[in-house]
Amino acid sequence: MKITVNEKARELDVEPDMPLLWALRDELDIKGPKYGCGIAQCGACTVLLNGEPVRSCAYPVSSAVGQQVVTLEGLEKKGKLHPVQQAWIDHEVPQCGYCQGGQILAAVALLKKKPKPSDQDIDAAMTNICRCGTYARIRSAIHAVAAKGVKA
Amino acid sequence: MSEHQINSSSEVSTAQDGASRRDFLKIGASVSASAGAFSMAFFVPERASAADPKGVTPANNDPQKINAWIEIRPDETVIIRYARSEMGQGSRTSAPMLIAEELEVDWKRVKVEYALAHDNLKQKRVYGDMASVGSRTIRLSQEYLRKAGATAREMLIVAGSQAMNVPSSECIAKLGMVIHPASKKSISYGKVALKAAELTPPANVALKDPKDWTLAGKSIKRVDIPDIVTGRIRYGVDTQLPGMLHAAIAQSPVFNGKVKSMDGSKVQNRRGIVKVLNMGNFVAVVADNFWRAKEALKEVNIEWDVAPEHTKLNNASLHAFFKEGLSQTELAVARNDGDTAKALAAGKVIEAEYFTPFLAHSTMEPMVCTAWLQGEILEIWPSTQNAENSLAAASTASGVKQENVRVYPTQLGGGLGRKSPQDFTVQAVRIAKEMAGKPVKLLWTREEDMQHDFYRPASLVKLAATQKADGNIDALHIRVSAPSIIASLLKLPLPKGVDPQAVAAFEDHPYAISNSLVDYAQRNSNIPVGFWRTVGHSQNPFVRESFIDELAHAAGKDPLAYRLANLPEKNFRDIAILKAVTKAANYSAPLPKGVFRGIAETDGYGSWTACVCELSVNDRQEVKIHRIVIGIDPGYAVNPDNIAAQLQGSVVHGLSAIFWGEMIVKEGRIDNSNFHDYRLMRLNEMPNVETVIAPTGGFWGGVGEPAQAPLAGAVANALFNATGKRVRSLPFKNHGFSLARVRT
Repeated sequence: MKITVNEKARELDVEPDMPLLWALRDELDIKGPKYGCGIAQCGACTVLLNGEPVRSCAYPVSSAVGQQVVTLEGLEKKGKLHPVQQAWIDHEVPQCGYCQGGQILAAVALLKKKPKPSDQDIDAAMTNICRCGTYARIRSAIHAVAAKGVKA
Repeated sequence: MSEHQINSSSEVSTAQDGASRRDFLKIGASVSASAGAFSMAFFVPERASAADPKGVTPANNDPQKINAWIEIRPDETVIIRYARSEMGQGSRTSAPMLIAEELEVDWKRVKVEYALAHDNLKQKRVYGDMASVGSRTIRLSQEYLRKAGATAREMLIVAGSQAMNVPSSECIAKLGMVIHPASKKSISYGKVALKAAELTPPANVALKDPKDWTLAGKSIKRVDIPDIVTGRIRYGVDTQLPGMLHAAIAQSPVFNGKVKSMDGSKVQNRRGIVKVLNMGNFVAVVADNFWRAKEALKEVNIEWDVAPEHTKLNNASLHAFFKEGLSQTELAVARNDGDTAKALAAGKVIEAEYFTPFLAHSTMEPMVCTAWLQGEILEIWPSTQNAENSLAAASTASGVKQENVRVYPTQLGGGLGRKSPQDFTVQAVRIAKEMAGKPVKLLWTREEDMQHDFYRPASLVKLAATQKADGNIDALHIRVSAPSIIASLLKLPLPKGVDPQAVAAFEDHPYAISNSLVDYAQRNSNIPVGFWRTVGHSQNPFVRESFIDELAHAAGKDPLAYRLANLPEKNFRDIAILKAVTKAANYSAPLPKGVFRGIAETDGYGSWTACVCELSVNDRQEVKIHRIVIGIDPGYAVNPDNIAAQLQGSVVHGLSAIFWGEMIVKEGRIDNSNFHDYRLMRLNEMPNVETVIAPTGGFWGGVGEPAQAPLAGAVANALFNATGKRVRSLPFKNHGFSLARVRT
């Protein structure tokens, strides 16, 4: 089967029910999405499918056929960081960083839908677990991107 | 022999004599250092001689190396080595900052590179202890790091002055330049580094007074964050090697069981499955993709051989087992001031019993290690908090000589103390041995991770106190019934029978109490225990500071005033942090209707901490935390914003434990299996946290762990003020309390 990841067509010869996470990580060597729980609880495996955050550990790869898959690696354009990535640096958001790829993608999706999200919007959209406890900084980084009015 | 036993000193260490073992125990006790223990168990604990900044001859291929820590290239790039792990604690940035401060270089030109465990072994431990445990990186390596920087600076000044033909005594160093102010001549480090490296290092160097710091003490951005946000950084789980295989394993659900029988016939011909292995104490499926391995493993029929008595353990039987400890007659005495028994007999006794449960670490990245055995050479990529320990464990497990083992550093997806024991490294190496010639990445599933942890020990504590006429404390007896991490995980003898972690914050309580008795009943079960972020200070300060509050209320005193009245002047740092944090929290100001305060303070990991919590509770017992003010006095604040981040993170880590954290033991196994039944806090529950960084100087404390210590006490004390209910066991959910979202 063929899937499109970060705007590139990729050929895969895998079982249709293999979770997208493991097709990306172990077949295509795309390591941005991380394994955390395998049951769509933590969100470390988050990727964007047609712009929507999806937990790739519980999403069959065959369902991604025909959709645009974006991983953390696909956010940087022509050597320029996505505003959310830049805000994550400016606010020193990550600690261990393991969950942050998922957090960043969830934030990208949120800001696309709601360029000026309220705290309630952030509460509702940012459901990924961060064991290091970077939540306060995730919130301020999202607000900072919104305040700059950069098209996310 | 189980894997963690391999880590114990008795199995491997040949270099330790009785004296150094005692030294270790002393260190273990005073720094409460998680698995510092581990590295010391393998290597002689030569902290004094470790990391001699001048004792290295630069390697032949590295002529630019001024010393083991510092290399300056002709293009003025400054390479500073970092010898521990990075798991989010930020010391990959703050430790090099201390070197750069003394070295007088432009931080923008600094590149931080990892020192390697196998180089450390070859170079007589020039980098010292490599363990990232016990919040110790800054506090235990600051001196040799600063000396490394200062020594190199002096050598560069001499080399620079010679190049400029001016007296070195008239030269200064600044931003990577040697400057001769009188003649206004200057020369860059890059031009004289080669010459500097040939010089004899000065025997003595003066270190800067922190008051004169220009880099350290400022909030510097962490060096690893840009690679984190782009996905370029490589965690242990991201290791990718040519022809690499993937392994998933199953261990006995009842701890310490063995494989009785195994039938892999159903899956061995499945797509991608390379091998199904009976490894004695675990079963491994090796495949070309991790998902194929873990799915196949579910269909391997395994029978476990477990001790029948181990299957009888459950939460109730464990509680009874700890309860028996409280009435045990043979007890180890951790502190004995005055005559507590007599004082208690003479007064009105206030008593209470407190319980804290077993907890799993649940780092976001589960246990993972890649191993590649090629002939006599073994290479490993473990996600480890202690690369030296990984090296030694891998050597023992494979039979490959230590000098032929290479350990490559990876970023850790969290550590929290779990990635010090090397059970997963040993397993990966043993599997790699079976798959000789091919690299194998072993990854644990979340379920395996949660059910085969070295858990934060549960602890049952009984306290009894009497008060003087003025309400101040006359006698305090604290009896602890709990497992010993040191005895059961490290297999080391306990000094006077006391596990320092089990009695942490009790045996060294700061209050002026003439009659203080702390005794300990060691209660080890078949549930493995280990070092969980903040270790004994993750639970005992909750007990102590809740009970102090009980005494304050019994005396009719304000909890802050009561603490200040019972703290002697000599414990001025406890007093100072209490005052700093309560001032920041505006403690004496009235709160909105329905909002209540609680406070707690403690010390640990060489730092002093205090916390004020403001909360309200509605009639559905939903606890809304309005504000947490949490403060630390770490002596010196090397990278303040990183300290603030550690404090914020400590609150999240702590609140997860306070509200929901508890392992359910059923029929000898852990029933919790994933995040749906081991609840961790999420963003919508994150309260407003204000951090207070109040360094008073004169000492070096840790920052990664201590801030969790005062949290639970402050929250529980606020909860009492709000509801009149004294919660004496964690988690809160067992008392019907839930954590309300901050915004509804």
